[in-house]
Amino acid sequence: MQLVEGEREEILACVKEVLGNNSKTRENLIPILQQVQKKLGYLPALAMEKIAEGVSVPAVDIYGLTTFYNQFRLNPPGKHQVKVCLGTACYMVGGDITLESFERRMEIKEGETSPDRRYSLDRVACVGCCTLAPVVVVDDQVEGKVTPTRVDGIMLALEENGESPGEQKSGTEEDGNNGEN
Amino acid sequence: MSEHITVNIDDQEIKARPGDKLLWAALENNIYIPHLCAIKEEKRPNSSCRLCFVEIEGVSRPVTACSRQVQEGMVVKTRSPQVDRLVKTAFELLLSDHNLNCRECPANRNCALQKIAKERGIKLKHNRLKPFNRTFELDDSPDEFALDRSRCVLCGQCVWADRVGAEAWIFGFAKRGIDRVLTTFNNLPLAELSCNECTLCVDACPVGALYYKKD
Ligand code: SF4
Ligand code: SF4
Ligand code: FES
Ligand code: FES
Repeated sequence: MQLVEGEREEILACVKEVLGNNSKTRENLIPILQQVQKKLGYLPALAMEKIAEGVSVPAVDIYGLTTFYNQFRLNPPGKHQVKVCLGTACYMVGGDITLESFERRMEIKEGETSPDRRYSLDRVACVGCCTLAPVVVVDDQVEGKVTPTRVDGIMLALEENGESPGEQKSGTEEDGNNGEN
Repeated sequence: MSEHITVNIDDQEIKARPGDKLLWAALENNIYIPHLCAIKEEKRPNSSCRLCFVEIEGVSRPVTACSRQVQEGMVVKTRSPQVDRLVKTAFELLLSDHNLNCRECPANRNCALQKIAKERGIKLKHNRLKPFNRTFELDDSPDEFALDRSRCVLCGQCVWADRVGAEAWIFGFAKRGIDRVLTTFNNLPLAELSCNECTLCVDACPVGALYYKKD
């Protein structure tokens, strides 16, 4: 994943700070990774490399660890985050087909983020409303009975809302604020 | 140390050094026990391939020979219905996600899986377990060799060679369960890492996953 402008500096500063706050031992690896992820929203490769150097652990082992545990994400959260439930109930009624439809529409795989960082796609296990299966959480909003046709609808809505109206609105608001100040 | 221990394996008395692991004591005396993941120098073996089961008299269940130290007077059987069943299942599990195509494989006739199959009379075929195909990108970025993960049995021999032999720290394992995979940092192609192509890992691979390119 390509870093955006200024991100490199942000990552380096964040890792430096977290490493400064923890003793740099192997036992502290997971807390260190958690803290960095909390600040950056994900664990970029650069952060993993710097942590590896700091804690004197091979970088490939950090990668092994962060791909082992589900709690770590290696891709930045997208502007729109879609989480497809693959809990038992959702799986039974075709949650995997729903996930595939999203993968096709977004042209990314589960766990990935689109190169423009517009979308990220993840799987989750039971979000607690199995009667609505198959369930999808779109930007923290729960959507029920998401068949592949509904996937098209959701994607259309996201495409429209992100495109200009939404962005422009917040953009003008900010401009307005700036003007007032 | 000159001190020796006597162990009985398959009605054969053999001598071993105290602290030796049963697997290596047997192999050194030409008694075959299937194995993929064992590394002689490793103090605490991974025991992950589950192929080296044996029966020890007085121990109720089969144990992995690569992790068990020899003991004076130990009586061992390398075969029993229970052992055979465990080994067969472990072997079939390994094959179930293996890109089984020996004729086109660089390791054909020089492959640990073929040897185990022959020794134990297990067919090198997908039958009881449904094949599970995983697709991987071939990494042929090094000049001399290539890595085809579809034939990797996750034995860890290359990781050991890379770390202890070459001290390059290129290889490791990522993900878990059925997705477990031999990896490099961030899954980068080997040529983009500090691999100097010493090829110790290629020589360590018991199957056709790491292999020399033909020129
Ligand atoms: S690695 Fe061994 S069993 Fe697998 S295809 Fe090659 S020769 Fe056959
Ligand atoms: S590439 Fe070969 S040596 Fe390395 S883990 Fe796979 S099978 Fe074992
Ligand atoms: S299994 Fe999907 S909400 Fe419970
Ligand atoms: S050789 Fe003993 S478990 Fe692999």
